[in-house]
Amino acid sequence: MHELGIVADVIERVCESSRGARVTRVVLEIGRLTAVLPDAVRFCFELAAEGTLAEGARLDIIETPGRARCRACGAELALDRPFGRCACGGTDLEWLAGEELRIKEMEVV
Amino acid sequence: MCATCGCSETSHDHDGEQHHHDHDHHHHDHPRVRLEGVTVRLEQKVLEKNRRRAERNRAWFDERSILALDLVSSPGAGKTSLLERTIRDLGRDLAIYVVEGDQATENDAARIRAAGARAVQINTGTGCHLDAEMVARALVELEPPRGALCLIENVGNLVCPALFPLGEHAKVVTVSVTEGDDKPIKYPHMFRAAELMIVNKIDLLPYVQFDVERCVAHARAVNPRLGVLRLSATRGDGLDGWYDWLKTARAAREVEVRA
Repeated sequence: MHELGIVADVIERVCESSRGARVTRVVLEIGRLTAVLPDAVRFCFELAAEGTLAEGARLDIIETPGRARCRACGAELALDRPFGRCACGGTDLEWLAGEELRIKEMEVV
Repeated sequence: MCATCGCSETSHDHDGEQHHHDHDHHHHDHPRVRLEGVTVRLEQKVLEKNRRRAERNRAWFDERSILALDLVSSPGAGKTSLLERTIRDLGRDLAIYVVEGDQATENDAARIRAAGARAVQINTGTGCHLDAEMVARALVELEPPRGALCLIENVGNLVCPALFPLGEHAKVVTVSVTEGDDKPIKYPHMFRAAELMIVNKIDLLPYVQFDVERCVAHARAVNPRLGVLRLSATRGDGLDGWYDWLKTARAAREVEVRA
């Protein structure tokens, strides 16, 4: 359950950035190829926010699809898990998208 | 908070200094802000603090020409046994220093000390992985000298440690033949993050269903550049390959540090 540590990091960062204002919404971007489960993040978020400036804040998660380029033939392909096979048979893939783990924005009042 | 000037109500902070606005001289309305809130773009990477701390650890190792490895596996794959054996076989010629990570007990550090190397135990409590800050603190106590080999044995876990770099030069993942041979595709992040996979306990192959070739194929599907070694830490098969790998990795560090 590394998601709890990740959520704690997110809460700490948004509360720092809000400079004392109440945080009402947090937008996270989580790539499909990260080892971070959006459901587990949602599960931890409410608990981790308790007693902080982000208590009761809404959490929105943008899930970025995985995309890779085959190092053998150069073709691009979609990835829904952290490995895959190109149509040419190549498995040596350069990841182009899907590794994002970012706090995009927050709303404060 | 006000979107225009950043003030909250009538008093606010500038660089930690509290002061007061007289709102007679502060002409703008706040209603939209109060009702809807202000969107603040952050675009901050999560786990950035750990990544930065890991970079500092890495620089610390490099300044001292130390090769640092993060050893990962599921619990019981034989990481500590491999360390004990390595210390007994190489400890005379090579300064080996160990950081041990477990949720509880000093047991592994005691085993390492009994084998003849200096060790610092980190207990993570409920934590399921080491992080760069814990390692930084352990290094102060461990004091590995210039040119040492620093082996960091992570908490037995194939998921979380993949997300937390410690400042190591490489991750070495151990899988034992008493596990399933599909571990690499069940836990792809770790096998992707690793540079070397050790298949341990090969002395038990006659008694288990583990197919080494299938395991290697799965691992290379996830990480085509992954190195593979087969060995038995207890019986001693294949250890020369591991020792050669360590020596090559150390030599590569020295070349890089000199350059």
